[in-house]
Amino acid sequence: MTRTEQGAVIAVWLVAAGAVAFLLTPLIVTIAVSFGSSAVFTLPSPEWSLKWYARLAVTKGLAPSLVTSLQIAALSTLVALLLGTLCSIALVRGRFPGHEAISTFLVSPLMLPGLVIGIAMLQAFRDVGVRGTWASLLVAHVVITMPYVVRTVVGALSLFDFSLIDAARTLGCSYVQALRKVLVPALAPAFLTSGMFAFLASMDNYPISIFFTDAWTKTLPIQMLQYVEESPDPTIAAISTGLILLAVLTLFLADRLVGLRRLAEL
Amino acid sequence: MKPRRERIDPVAWLALPAVAYLALVYALPLIMLLARGVMGPKGFTIEPLASFLSDPFNWQVIANTLKIAALVTVVCLLIGYPTAFALAWSSGWTQVVLLAAIILPLSVGVVVKAFAWQIVLRRDGILSQLMVSLGVWDEPVRLLFTETGLVLGAANVFLPFMILPIYSVVRLIDPRLAEAAATLGATPVYRFRRIVLPLTLPGVLAGVVFVFSLSIAMYVIPSLLIGDRYQTLATLVGRSFLFMRNEQLGSTTATVLLVLAVAVVVGSGVLARRLGRSA
Repeated sequence: MTRTEQGAVIAVWLVAAGAVAFLLTPLIVTIAVSFGSSAVFTLPSPEWSLKWYARLAVTKGLAPSLVTSLQIAALSTLVALLLGTLCSIALVRGRFPGHEAISTFLVSPLMLPGLVIGIAMLQAFRDVGVRGTWASLLVAHVVITMPYVVRTVVGALSLFDFSLIDAARTLGCSYVQALRKVLVPALAPAFLTSGMFAFLASMDNYPISIFFTDAWTKTLPIQMLQYVEESPDPTIAAISTGLILLAVLTLFLADRLVGLRRLAEL
Repeated sequence: MKPRRERIDPVAWLALPAVAYLALVYALPLIMLLARGVMGPKGFTIEPLASFLSDPFNWQVIANTLKIAALVTVVCLLIGYPTAFALAWSSGWTQVVLLAAIILPLSVGVVVKAFAWQIVLRRDGILSQLMVSLGVWDEPVRLLFTETGLVLGAANVFLPFMILPIYSVVRLIDPRLAEAAATLGATPVYRFRRIVLPLTLPGVLAGVVFVFSLSIAMYVIPSLLIGDRYQTLATLVGRSFLFMRNEQLGSTTATVLLVLAVAVVVGSGVLARRLGRSA
């Protein structure tokens, strides 16, 4: 190795180490603040305490918003998995014009500003007379979750050997059995990763949800931003630490099931 | 239904539910929004758009949006490009650490991260303390509610979207290419410029488009890190709908933002095709 190359390699690793520290900074700060006793986010905290966690139980609106978010995220992910998988099969197997256009269209909500999508939906729903907050949220969130499913499942399906299904049928499976025993297990990792990212995207969505919430039905990010703006104290850090823990657990599970590397192959 | 000239594969119908769903609740509303922007009570008009563009304040807002997005993209590229290589070279526990550091923040909400940056960037925050104790700054500096603070926070949130697309092309590069070039006497700099860089360009383009699109559209991060005095298109859209209750201004601003976002995506598509042809 020449000296130029050695220098470049060292520089790359230095930047990467810096990137790791940079990326983890907000998470570590949040966790540290949540266990501190100071209400003004002094770091390092003079003493440690769990009082912000005790406050969680008496924080108004937190539990209902968490429940709403979990319901909407789970249901919208399920709907997206169903519609998205059917559509992906058509995109990979079907011979028809406009493949490219359709897949671009289905993934496009990821690339367009969420606020603009939210406003467009708000105005359209109002014109049609859709009123229910919860139903509007669900309908809107499927648009957010669908791109994740289509993108990943199309990728997995294009690597799948469809003659395996014919082989299963030759061996005596019915068509549905063949799908269930051959196709579904082959797609399981794709379902898992896309489902996870779709679920998280829905849980985290602010710009679309903000147009479909009212005083009674709020999602967690909306409720949290309201706390941050009204009374910023480490209670928010305590909620956040809970969410970070949830993310760590999810990733740990995903790593056991499909491997972290696979998650990085967006 | 009459059979068309080209018989449509029955499998194609499986796409119908998803496409119809998105057409109805996503595409149609967006088209109606655009129509609202150019339709007055007496038919077609560019009056709202013209009055929006004649206000110098709104040009300032557009300039702010593009400037912040460009800065965030550059910061992400400078950090993300080398990091993608490190990720591709790594193995064992270094790889686990890198992957966890990239994917974990991706699964933590943006409100959480923006809130944490509020704490880091305060005058008495840890960044200020660190810089003063290292002797870089003479006295504590508040980066919260400044452009620098906003760029730092946004780059932090969007960095994974730069690293992952670049990583996906770096790990496919055949190492024998560079070795062959070295055997033929190419210097390291020449090898990087003529082999590695061109091969990674599609990933770089994907990452740049991702980060730029996210940056022009971000709303929560500027709300928490820079405040109301500094407006971008997205925060102006949000404010005019949620606080000012000025739907006309909000719709027009949303139209401008939408056109900008579509232009970025379409423009990058053209660029990507050109890259694909020259490769």
